[in-house]
Amino acid sequence: MISPDSIGRTFAGSDLATVTQSQIDAFCAVIGESDTSVAPPTFSIRITLDQSQKILSDPAIGLDWTRVVHGDQRFELKSPIKAGDSFSCTSTIESAKAIAGNEIVTVRSDLSKDGAIVVSTWSTLVVRG
Amino acid sequence: MITTDTTFEEKVFYINRALVKSYADASGDQNPIHQNEEFALSVGLPNVIAHGMLTMALVGKYLSDLAGGSAKVLEFSARFTKPVIIPAGVDVDLTVSAIVTDVSDGKASISLAATSQGVKVIGLAKAVILI
Repeated sequence: MISPDSIGRTFAGSDLATVTQSQIDAFCAVIGESDTSVAPPTFSIRITLDQSQKILSDPAIGLDWTRVVHGDQRFELKSPIKAGDSFSCTSTIESAKAIAGNEIVTVRSDLSKDGAIVVSTWSTLVVRG
Repeated sequence: MITTDTTFEEKVFYINRALVKSYADASGDQNPIHQNEEFALSVGLPNVIAHGMLTMALVGKYLSDLAGGSAKVLEFSARFTKPVIIPAGVDVDLTVSAIVTDVSDGKASISLAATSQGVKVIGLAKAVILI
């Protein structure tokens, strides 16, 4: 179980994540997107998953990442991501509840550039019991 | 022109082990359930499964196409209802369709659906695009 006092808390990633053109190109190549001038709509998962994985794996929080299945995912995009953008990332554990022997954890992550949120994502993670 | 109840032509993507590996590298998600059959079986899965986010990325490509570019996608959400199972040496379909549910203030709300081998693999998929 996730530590109850981590629910509602916001954790800041330690490093800025800078998007490169080659990262966008690789993501576009997988899905057959020829326009590589902006990142595809779900590209930001590349940044937020890594950041939230680091935060949630902290022993003080106690999420067992090896038992996680992705339940659902939402993106709000204020403006498209482009190569050269540098983002700070924060993740908030919005809720955690036990349902049918599993734990359902909702994590919001925000990517901000120059102090303004560019992308917000919500991931629902099912931690299998 | 996009109006309420506009339907978009179905598109079929194909997913195989090579594409799953490419997505693992492009996304940084190297979980072995997506690449190692032995490992996938050991944790009770029927075979290697595609990343839910790979299927969502492909639905996202469909969405970018109907919107006229990725920059026009404002919101996008989906639920992963069933895993997409990828046996070795097989191209598995991901069949995507969409309908406009509302148009207002220069934006359209879209409802999307995705099946693989006739089974719904993505549910409650919704998006808002600029029009």
